[in-house]
Amino acid sequence: MACGGRRPEHRGPPELFYNEDEARKYTHNSRMIEIQTQMSERAVELLSLPEDQPCFLLDVGCGSGLSGDFISEQGHYWVGIDISSAMLDVAVDREVEGDLLKGDMGQGIPFRPGSFDGCISISAVQWLCNADQRMHNPAKRLHRFFSSLYSALARGARAVLQLYPENAEQLELITTQAMKAGFTGGMVVDFPNSTKAKKFFLCLFVGPSGVLPTGLGTECGDEQERKESKFSKERLRYKTAKGKSLKKSRDWILEKKERRRRQGKEVRADTRYTGRKRRPHF
Amino acid sequence: MKLLTHNLLSSHVRGVGPRGFPLRIQATEVRVSPVDFNPDFVTRMIPKMEWTALVEAAESLGHLSELPRELAEGYEKDEEFLRKVHHVLLEVEVVEGTLQCPESGRLFPISRGIPNMLLSDEEAAS
Repeated sequence: MACGGRRPEHRGPPELFYNEDEARKYTHNSRMIEIQTQMSERAVELLSLPEDQPCFLLDVGCGSGLSGDFISEQGHYWVGIDISSAMLDVAVDREVEGDLLKGDMGQGIPFRPGSFDGCISISAVQWLCNADQRMHNPAKRLHRFFSSLYSALARGARAVLQLYPENAEQLELITTQAMKAGFTGGMVVDFPNSTKAKKFFLCLFVGPSGVLPTGLGTECGDEQERKESKFSKERLRYKTAKGKSLKKSRDWILEKKERRRRQGKEVRADTRYTGRKRRPHF
Repeated sequence: MKLLTHNLLSSHVRGVGPRGFPLRIQATEVRVSPVDFNPDFVTRMIPKMEWTALVEAAESLGHLSELPRELAEGYEKDEEFLRKVHHVLLEVEVVEGTLQCPESGRLFPISRGIPNMLLSDEEAAS
């Protein structure tokens, strides 16, 4: 997670950054939960798993199990791997359904070939790019991670890794190592024109190259470039380029109320009067 | 750690390769927790299992629970059999203990159900 402009990866290794305080934040900060859940949802969508089939997935950098909970909700089974004891402790306390492992992804994924039907990772892989110890070599660690992941995935499986690349060089380094390990695929970027909402999903395929899905927020741009204007009586629900509802609209009000409910605050029930247009004197 | 995970886990100590499986379990605390039975999932996972290793692991924990020592054909339709497999794979958990790499002898401790697979720099592959 980017915080206050400084990247967490610059503050030290992940097992120290994700201590008890940070772990608590992950489970009590409703905004963090919302973002992590949204990204997990998008990652699982990009996995394109066969419908109505319970699958066995790997969650790399599973942390306190937020993404894992979403996987369970979708009816799949999972194993999570994480380097932070504090985060894993929280996951155990939260009684997540998946099995947990303490491990360093840069040392490899310790599973037999073809174990998993798919893999997701939320906000974790960029940590491999930092050499936290004298002997660490980011390129080697990335290669170790990707080659063992490739082996641990079944034929036809996908890995969808959401990450926060620091710059173009890092992005290049990561994708190069992934390709060297045998993966095909590429980067899917959601909301490429928004600094805040922009999200990178590295979509990797084991076996013949699949069709890379388009990023969100890219199709909307095309529509706006149409030469003719359409007149219709239809009242449009506007969303901004970030995918958020226009401020003060009914959608925005409902989303805000839902957010506050999640924070445990007292919120009035939603009725047909919620967000309706008032008489001008308001 | 469930026996399903154990059956897929393999030691990644440098130089060990496929001889890092199966990890030998020494359990000091085992727990049995109910998990909803999903016949589709169990049927799909059975072909991925190393059956001998599964039987050995279940037996070492004292939870063999009538699991046959050999996989018979046509198990997809046998609900009773699938339920037994479900029980062994998903309901038996090692809470405290150790896992031992059969090739290098390296011990991986299990605490609160979580195996610690962190390697030292020398042990991690180059």
